[in-house]
Amino acid sequence: MQSALSLSFSQASLPLANRTLCSSNAAPSTPRNLRFCGLRREAFCFSPSKQLTSCRFHIQSRRIEVSAAASSSAGNGAPSKSFDYDLIIIGAGVGGHGAALHAVEKGLKTAIIEGDVVGGTCVNRGCVPSKALLAVSGRMRELQNEHHMKAFGLQVSAAGYDRQGVADHASNLATKIRNNLTNSMKALGVDILTGFGAVLGPQKVKYGDNIITGKDIIIATGSVPFVPKGIEVDGKTVITSDHALKLESVPDWIAIVGSGYIGLEFSDVYTALGSEVTFIEALDQLMPGFDPEISKLAQRVLINTRKIDYHTGVFASKITPAKDGKPVLIELIDAKTKEPKDTLEVDAALIATGRAPFTNGLGLENINVTTQRGFIPVDERMRVIDGNGKLVPHLYCIGDANGKLMLAHAASAQGISVVEQVTGRDHVLNHLSIPAACFTHPEISMVGLTEPQAREKAEKEGFKVSIAKTSFKANTKALAENEGEGLAKMIYRPDNGEILGVHIFGLHAADLIHEASNAIALGTRIQDIKLAVHAHPTLSEVVDELFKAAKVDSPASVTAQSVKVTV
Amino acid sequence: MAVSSSSFLSTTSLTNSKSNISFASSVSPSLRSVVFRSTIPATSHRRSMTVRSKIREIFMPALSSTMTEGKIVSWIKTEGEKLAKGESVVVVESDKADMDVETFYDGYLAAIVVGEGETAPVGAAIGLLAETEAEIEEAKTKAASKSSSSVVEAVVPSPPPVTSSPAPAIAQPAPVTAVADGPRKTVATPYAKKLAKQHKVDIGSVAGTGPFGRITASDVETAAGIAPSKSSVAPPPPPPTPVAAKAATTTTNLPPLLPDSSIVPFTAMQSAVSKNMIESLSVPTFRVGYPVNTDALDALYEKVKPKGVTMTALLAKAAGMALAQHPVVNASCKDGKSFSYNANINIAVAVAINGGLITPVLQDADKLDLYLLSQKWKELVGKARSKQLQPHEYNSGTFTLSNLGMFGVDRFDAILPPGQGAIMAVGASKPTVVADKDGFFSVKNTMLVNVTADHRIVYGADLAAFLQTFAKIIENPDSLTL
Repeated sequence: MQSALSLSFSQASLPLANRTLCSSNAAPSTPRNLRFCGLRREAFCFSPSKQLTSCRFHIQSRRIEVSAAASSSAGNGAPSKSFDYDLIIIGAGVGGHGAALHAVEKGLKTAIIEGDVVGGTCVNRGCVPSKALLAVSGRMRELQNEHHMKAFGLQVSAAGYDRQGVADHASNLATKIRNNLTNSMKALGVDILTGFGAVLGPQKVKYGDNIITGKDIIIATGSVPFVPKGIEVDGKTVITSDHALKLESVPDWIAIVGSGYIGLEFSDVYTALGSEVTFIEALDQLMPGFDPEISKLAQRVLINTRKIDYHTGVFASKITPAKDGKPVLIELIDAKTKEPKDTLEVDAALIATGRAPFTNGLGLENINVTTQRGFIPVDERMRVIDGNGKLVPHLYCIGDANGKLMLAHAASAQGISVVEQVTGRDHVLNHLSIPAACFTHPEISMVGLTEPQAREKAEKEGFKVSIAKTSFKANTKALAENEGEGLAKMIYRPDNGEILGVHIFGLHAADLIHEASNAIALGTRIQDIKLAVHAHPTLSEVVDELFKAAKVDSPASVTAQSVKVTV
Repeated sequence: MAVSSSSFLSTTSLTNSKSNISFASSVSPSLRSVVFRSTIPATSHRRSMTVRSKIREIFMPALSSTMTEGKIVSWIKTEGEKLAKGESVVVVESDKADMDVETFYDGYLAAIVVGEGETAPVGAAIGLLAETEAEIEEAKTKAASKSSSSVVEAVVPSPPPVTSSPAPAIAQPAPVTAVADGPRKTVATPYAKKLAKQHKVDIGSVAGTGPFGRITASDVETAAGIAPSKSSVAPPPPPPTPVAAKAATTTTNLPPLLPDSSIVPFTAMQSAVSKNMIESLSVPTFRVGYPVNTDALDALYEKVKPKGVTMTALLAKAAGMALAQHPVVNASCKDGKSFSYNANINIAVAVAINGGLITPVLQDADKLDLYLLSQKWKELVGKARSKQLQPHEYNSGTFTLSNLGMFGVDRFDAILPPGQGAIMAVGASKPTVVADKDGFFSVKNTMLVNVTADHRIVYGADLAAFLQTFAKIIENPDSLTL
């Protein structure tokens, strides 16, 4: 019918629509969208709640473009002559979903193969349910903090919780988001094929007993919790994040092996619900991977003041679940000398030692690809590299399975980048512009390089590095919330005003990072962005102050200014 | 609006987590003397060493009003390096932030007493500053002696010794408790360790009552003699006895509500008793009684009485020995999900003291001999009367004994104290006509004991078996004196 017309229209209008949405903070009420959505309002059903995970943000803005395109009944493109599909995506997690929506938008006939549940780890066993638990823990923490409440003049009698109620909130949220994801793909006409996908040969994929062909193939099979050897997971007292998110129990004392994002977020949940926590970290300091200054401050706020202790520089060499009336036993050995150091007796242990790629049984041997520690080797365009170091044509791998940056939104961004490439526009994703966040209370967020990384790079390449810092203590909104604890830090080049990295620890840090990550992605310089205006009083002024505190030698670029003026 | 807000923001934005403190300029002179102190007028017990040289101690500064100790983040200068006035020497981490500590003397950093990553209380020497190069060696020997004998005791604001951390410090990754010390090692929860450090309680001396015998926060709180954080009132014994609560009601006569009656608010002890009584209602209990022939025990008592042995000690010893054979009766169930076998047999004995009751605890009643036990008991009663019992002396009980026999009570019924598995109520021993298995009647001294137990963990047969053992010990009491 009018497919040609509406397709061309949606394509033309997309960049604009997208921009409008971003700047107006994704309000779904733009008349333009309504007109196209028609009956598809359900696509927006969760958008009024603003407590979105980073991955949901992505999905949402994309979905709106999609519903515009969907008005062409054959939204899923026309099949090319020699192939069943233009694009086959193996794995319907956030990465596969992002790629699928973008592919349809680009007019590709797309199939997505899912062997488990749509939404993958993020939606079902990761970011999404954990945000539900953290939403609870944040409130519990606040309600239990008498001093905090008193400072507001509030009187609250003893706060309590119903474990099953909390657990239900998490699983309901996961279900809701999973349905949204499924519906958004169905609405577009993406073929959702059920079965375990495997690569049979070039451009040929098998799922179940069916074989299909596709012009291009994206592997997006994600990852599973990594459990080091010697650790016996029983799912009750020795658990991974998969089990912990079901919140089947709140142990009195839980050891968390690993103090990265997952471990930290769970420590926030468990301590708010009354558990005591012992961290076991193999490296010499907690929170490795964060900027050292941030992790130090975070440790002061998130660890030292809470019912948490820790052992660093040790491996949990053996963990035995509780049985026969004995507690969970954890044997610790020195990370360097491997000598036994201690034995812990706790009620439960959460293994948060990272995630392992889920790439077994993918048929990679059929195309001569050897994984590295399970990860599928790719180049900077996500093209899969085979055992001889050659690119496998028409085969891409995105997300946790390639291990470049194991974050839901990174997977989605990689997927979009691949779709851009296969539709004729070369695109290389700048991973340094991808933000990351840890949703503790307060939150931690970061983008780009840490200070030591930046200094190393500066030394190698011969430029100077400067640091700017601002405190949440100086922010009106943060003080109004009685949440002045926090720090924002920017690492930048004083010569040209390039932002190298931004790290934030404080109230809503995860939402504040995007101004910096967008600036990095778009190459905006500090001297320009510092002239942008922020509403007062908002937390965003913390970042504004950061830009203003930077001392850059170059003057603001006149052109950038004039562009703004015309807008 | 815009103007005022932006100026507000820009003025305050310089708050950084790391700032420089120059003690020469920004800190009052009184603090200066704390940070650097020449050893010439050094603490009195070092007077014997007549030190002429100018070796100054670098002290842990108080960087905030709440700071009690600081951690050395890094030494900016190394040993032997020359220092100029105003230079940063060391970075110290307080409870709030990291700060550079500067010297305001020229000289040499002669020795580092507290290394990087270590913690020292405010006021403790963390390094030595020599005025000349020649004095470096001397300072080093001094530093060596310093770390061996903790010198800093005399330094005013800091009670705990410097070098080694006082309690198993939480911040210390290395395990403080030895690994290979047999089956029983101290297990304390993270919060318990934090509290112990905060209240300066030696965690090793705290009796753990949590699951698997671990030391919990409330154990530390009771050991520190503070009320468990939840209840703001009622400082005294949390688990003291219900039994005697009964005794208390019978002896102290709470006023009936008649027209002329007066209302007396609870004393702290009474509210604690009341709280425990209410708490005990949540535990499903049952009772088993048993007649015990005491002829042999009475005979033994006559013999050992001149040696200072009391009937309480005899009964406690007998109960302790019986418990050793029936550990489940000595167990405790705290959370309703698990229970713990207690490592020690600590018999709490209810004592009525003026206006209330308390349960001094005879620790390791099964292991101590009768004479030591009696001695210990006298000591505890004395302390109880003068209200000088330490928390662990009244709240570490694992089994309670209540004896009203001296009042002529032939039998009674005790309420189980929260946190214990069982309590024994002992009545008076009275001449009773008994028939033996051949049908012959005789008169024997018989005493009725009645044990109340937590039926979640102790079942009827357990209690019956325990009582049987107890009766056997009482009827053949020679083992009590072994």
